[in-house]
Amino acid sequence: MAYSLDFGALAEYAPIFAKGVAVTSELTLVGGVLGVGLGILCAWVRTDGPKALRPIVSLYVEVIRNTPFLIQLFFIFFGLPSIGVSLTEMQAAILAMVVNLGAYAAEIIRAGIEATPRGQFEAGASLAMTRLQIFRNVVLVPALQRIWPALSSQIIIVMFGSAVCSQIAVEDITFAANFIQSRNFRAFEAYIVATVLYLILALILRQIMRSLGTIIFPRRRVVR
Amino acid sequence: MSLIAITEVRKRFGDNEVLKGINLDVAAGEVIAIIGKSGSGKSTLLRCINGLETIDEGTILVAGAQLAPDELHLRALRLKVGMIFQSFNLFPHLTAGRNVMLSPMVVKKVPAKEAQAEAQARLEQVGLGHKFDAYPDELSGGQQQRVAIARALAMKPLALLCDEITSALDPELVNEVLQVVGKLAAEGMTLLMVTHEMRFAREVCDRVVFMHQGRVHEIGPPEEVFGAPKTLELQQFLGIA
Ligand SMILES: Nc1ncnc2c1ncn2[C@@H]1O[C@H](COP(=O)(O)OP(=O)(O)OP(=O)(O)O)[C@@H](O)[C@H]1O
Ligand SMILES: [Mg+2]
Repeated sequence: MAYSLDFGALAEYAPIFAKGVAVTSELTLVGGVLGVGLGILCAWVRTDGPKALRPIVSLYVEVIRNTPFLIQLFFIFFGLPSIGVSLTEMQAAILAMVVNLGAYAAEIIRAGIEATPRGQFEAGASLAMTRLQIFRNVVLVPALQRIWPALSSQIIIVMFGSAVCSQIAVEDITFAANFIQSRNFRAFEAYIVATVLYLILALILRQIMRSLGTIIFPRRRVVR
Repeated sequence: MSLIAITEVRKRFGDNEVLKGINLDVAAGEVIAIIGKSGSGKSTLLRCINGLETIDEGTILVAGAQLAPDELHLRALRLKVGMIFQSFNLFPHLTAGRNVMLSPMVVKKVPAKEAQAEAQARLEQVGLGHKFDAYPDELSGGQQQRVAIARALAMKPLALLCDEITSALDPELVNEVLQVVGKLAAEGMTLLMVTHEMRFAREVCDRVVFMHQGRVHEIGPPEEVFGAPKTLELQQFLGIA
């Protein structure tokens, strides 16, 4: 059976794809920044923070890492309203991404923190810094540098995961492709375009992370 | 009154008693070398004085204030005594200047401009005024150790604890660090240094402490300790028994 590709049939839907790219980008950007922030906070609690909070954070991290993202999203979007918290589709999607990335980032960043040589803590302590001051000024940046490539990949994975948000009618790239193929039955073309868009976004994101890395970490290697 | 008063200090790691009742008084401006075999407890003693290890028994007084194991007291103590480590422990993500500036800014809330001027002065003191913007991995071991000394000095400590600060250095880099330490000693800094540099200890130190199996086994001016060691253990350690 011969199938002839016809991308021309998609032309009129270009604005929908454009919206999709914008929405996916927003989800990834906001989710990425807040998620990494949450991850740093959780990693700090688990390595050096208040002991009382550790079980709570551990539970959060384990629950998120051992359940599907789709269920987490549905829980937030369909579940939370029954306890009086209702969110828009976009709010729910961003919250789900932050919560999801936060847990994975926490584990990745924790590995970076744990690789800190003991001498770094001792040097900070001998200079009369508090534990928190040591974490913020001595430990954190080299720890992030150690795991930056892994963290970058995780953010990209979460961006791909955002495709699932189309299930609650968030109008991202996947939503656009679904919508268009249901209209003109050009599924193959619609998903090829979606694939290419995700690919381009991923490459851009990777470049952004790389550039960000050279700004935050002026030295290429962390010595010892 | 002595600047550092160590009385009957005991320290155990599990069943292993590493310090078995140490007594040592250090006067302000005194330079003391601690020598002894590997495992005799030299590092542990220094780490106890700086509060990096807690002690099980005894007291350590620094400038009249007692070492207590809560964070507030520990930090008050560490403001009075600085420590230099064998492995430099510079912060790799900060320039030499920033390494020196960090603690005054973070701990003492010194304004950036002032901290920068102070850091520049301290780096010049160790002969590295031109390396303010160099990162640790751009410096030789000797230079890194000198930055570490400048970093400790920027906190204006009453005393400096040095734990084998030249042991990780190539032989040709040892002297530049010892020169800096010698200069500090001459300027009246109180120094407590664990060292294997016997010649340096003999030239610079007021007293030498020989530690053996967790005790101060022999103590005295370098002429006596090196010239006329009384105990067999010290004679063996010095290789003249
Ligand atoms: N954190 C620790 N936990 C358990 N044992 C320790 C610890 N630190 C030191 N020890 C033990 O205490 C003893 C004394 O160690 P210390 O490092 O003070 O010796 P040292 O005189 O500095 O030796 P060296 O010349 O090799 O540096 C050793 O037996 C060592 O194994
Ligand atoms: Mg030692």
